[in-house]
Amino acid sequence: MAVTVSSERDTVATPIQRAFREALYAGAISLGLFVLFIGLRTDQNISNELILVQRWGLLAIVVIAVTLGRFVYVAYAVPAMERSKAERAQAPAVVAEPGFLKRNFNRIGLVVLLLYPIAMVLLFGFQGSLKWVDNFGIQILIYVMLAWGLNIVIGLAGLLDLGYVAFYAVGAYAYALLGTHFGLSFWILLPAAGCMAAFWGVMLGFPVLRLRGDYLAIVTLAFGEIIRLVLINWREVTNGSAGISGIPKVSFFGLMSFNVSDPNYIAKVLHIAQSGAYYKIFLYYLALALCLLTAFVTIRLRRLPVGRAWEALREDEIACRSLGINTTTTKLTAFATGAMFGGFAGSFFAARQGFVSPESFVFLESAIILAIVVLGGMGSLGGIAVAALVMIGGTEILRELDFLKAVFGPDFTPELYRMLLFGMAMVIVMLWKPRGFVGSREPTAFLKERRAVSASFTKEGHG
Amino acid sequence: MNAQASANDFILQVEHLSMKFGGLVAIGDLSFQARRGEITALIGPNGAGKTTVFNCITGFYKPSEGMLTLNRRDGSTYLLERLPNHEIPARAKVARTFQNIRLFSGMTLLENLLVAQHNKLMKASGYTFLGLFGFPSYRQASAESIDLARHWLEKADLVDRADDPAGDLPYGAQRRLEIARAMCTGPELLCLDEPAAGLNPKESAALNDLLMDIKNNTGTSILLIEHDMSVVMQISDHVVVLEYGRKISDGNPQSVRTDPRVIAAYLGVDDEEVETVLTEVGDEDVIEQLDTGPDSAHGPGNSASMMAGPVSDSVEHADEGERVTVSKGASKAAQVDARAASIASKPQSAAKPAAKSSAPKTAPKKPAAKASAAKAGSASKGKETAAKPTAGKPGGRK
Ligand SMILES: Nc1ncnc2c1ncn2[C@@H]1O[C@H](COP(=O)(O)OP(=O)(O)OP(=O)(O)O)[C@@H](O)[C@H]1O
Ligand SMILES: [Mg+2]
Repeated sequence: MAVTVSSERDTVATPIQRAFREALYAGAISLGLFVLFIGLRTDQNISNELILVQRWGLLAIVVIAVTLGRFVYVAYAVPAMERSKAERAQAPAVVAEPGFLKRNFNRIGLVVLLLYPIAMVLLFGFQGSLKWVDNFGIQILIYVMLAWGLNIVIGLAGLLDLGYVAFYAVGAYAYALLGTHFGLSFWILLPAAGCMAAFWGVMLGFPVLRLRGDYLAIVTLAFGEIIRLVLINWREVTNGSAGISGIPKVSFFGLMSFNVSDPNYIAKVLHIAQSGAYYKIFLYYLALALCLLTAFVTIRLRRLPVGRAWEALREDEIACRSLGINTTTTKLTAFATGAMFGGFAGSFFAARQGFVSPESFVFLESAIILAIVVLGGMGSLGGIAVAALVMIGGTEILRELDFLKAVFGPDFTPELYRMLLFGMAMVIVMLWKPRGFVGSREPTAFLKERRAVSASFTKEGHG
Repeated sequence: MNAQASANDFILQVEHLSMKFGGLVAIGDLSFQARRGEITALIGPNGAGKTTVFNCITGFYKPSEGMLTLNRRDGSTYLLERLPNHEIPARAKVARTFQNIRLFSGMTLLENLLVAQHNKLMKASGYTFLGLFGFPSYRQASAESIDLARHWLEKADLVDRADDPAGDLPYGAQRRLEIARAMCTGPELLCLDEPAAGLNPKESAALNDLLMDIKNNTGTSILLIEHDMSVVMQISDHVVVLEYGRKISDGNPQSVRTDPRVIAAYLGVDDEEVETVLTEVGDEDVIEQLDTGPDSAHGPGNSASMMAGPVSDSVEHADEGERVTVSKGASKAAQVDARAASIASKPQSAAKPAAKSSAPKTAPKKPAAKASAAKAGSASKGKETAAKPTAGKPGGRK
């Protein structure tokens, strides 16, 4: 797209002439390409026979659009871009003072997150806010938590883990099983599920420690699948693919419950109208609190020797060993800590859903979480949060795009194109920012001033 | 070993160290000692096995045979070949740098030095748990570690760039940073793999100062691999010379410099000079082989085969099962030996076809002088004794 054909050969030609010629080329190429794709279509007629439908009009529109597009691009867009580039090169290099938004990104983000459910309730009323708080708010926060957990393993320690969803599953099932069988409360089960997931993190960690890079990725991928298959096939315990339902709701620290039938139901205690939105709003703040816990622990750990050792491991494992760092335990702690946050997220997921089944823990989930981490910029919490917002929020928003029907006709279903648009968006972002939204790295200690480390120096890790 | 006092003089004792990679003998029966508080240089031509020795000492390789004893100042003794990799820096207090610099390039200089203090800080942070809740004891330790890092940054003349990423430093500064990082582990033995490689003369002088400073002010013993002879001769107290994994000389810089085996192997005797010496002896095949270049160094039985008889007799080593060995004739130090040996075998040359070409051309100019050396050469059986006859006639060729 951005390549101008034979730009050296005809420097004499004016941009308009060149644009004209290139537009013709582009038109010819698109005609050749699309004549079968668009010009002809196979269909069935009433008597079930295969017929060819000819769509020359549509083909003409597409070819003309391509030709015109190329013409405008070469004749006007390219010279304009070059001019602005030249201007920028001439202008004295001003040290870009980060704007107000950038400097206070974290604080603003936190305030927005805290006010979000209130704003939604005010805007849409209790019933209308359900969708926005639950589908958007809570959903995104769960992924933020998962991605921040995986960030410890991939972004900090540089261990490519493709089976992260296994720990999510362990946390969810730990909560579901212990909650339904023993009726334990969320507040006991949350740490229990975290520990359980961390334990499995160590269990996975041991055999795969000697593997690096691609091999590690494949083994962790397999581990994720093993966990899922065990959940499907161990019917006596997990109820197979039917899943576990009737998982108890979270209570407000035992003081208030969100079950309408309970005597201490929140609406009865506070004497307010009965609504399902309270529970969602409560879950939203709970998820936010868990996210903040994850962020707090991650930020703290980074400044502790163990966190520095993780990053050093990502940079150079051999140098780590030459400095007396036990790489085995360091990797295991990274696995365990990451898995623990996965377990927290899993138990929260189970509590929110009230139902778990192996369906929720397929490889695609791992891939999405990994994509969020990569898109956000490995190691950066802010970038990852934005990436989760874009990826999860974006795919949810695409469900809402009914106005596209007006553009593409009534039988256009935007949901079907969700994944396509999602993939395209990812490709574009990675072209535009290959190191993710936030490629630079914040140093964990400084002598004189804290300066971000440019992405070109950091490594992704090989193991 | 036999006397407690002498064992404590040596920080590191390498005894009969062998390292084989498949059939390749990278180190063959190497023994040497490094004195406490001294700079011991390990030199030798490319591929001599110097880095392999370091990798054995620092636990990156498990030696095939041999014993590596490290005596710490407090009297504790560690057998390095039995310690796991990461415990060698942590417990035996051996730190190292790498021939191809290995910094944490995406971390700042300060962070690099803090990572080096990992074990100390880990303990202070109560294995993370106390540190997570910000206990004052950890804060104290953290501040101390930053002070230590600042100290070494100042020594390495890098304090101005403390907050820059390590990957952003120029090459010479990266070398100094790697040394500073190693020193932050608080080592008793510092192993430096070619610290002066790629440095300009000014940087090289600064490096010498840094090493002398470390030696004089911290009491750290240094084991140094270096190709730059100006560095070796200026700062080292003791030099060990390797060639093809075997020790060919060992002593103070002066004696090593004048050792003909070293001169031939390494120390700037150019090939013509070796050639003239060899023409004297009449080794056409060897000259030919020198001309064809270093390729012939690998694989037995090439043009140097005529040397194989006498040389492998005198430089024989224990391992029987070894299949591929470095050709004896490729070793220039061995050639020096071989000259002596070939003279010794000359009287029987009619019976020995291996020495055929040496017979007609050689007219030894100083038969009396060489005879004694030759006798010793042919009598020698072990490789250590093989070193003696040639070492015993220094300066004879120069
Ligand atoms: N891991 C390994 N596997 C196989 N062979 C090896 C290995 N490491 C080293 N070698 C071989 O051992 C020999 C000695 O290598 P080493 O790197 O120790 O040489 P060196 O003296 O450090 O040389 P240089 O001056 O070039 O650094 C070489 O022939 C090398 O190819
Ligand atoms: Mg080397």
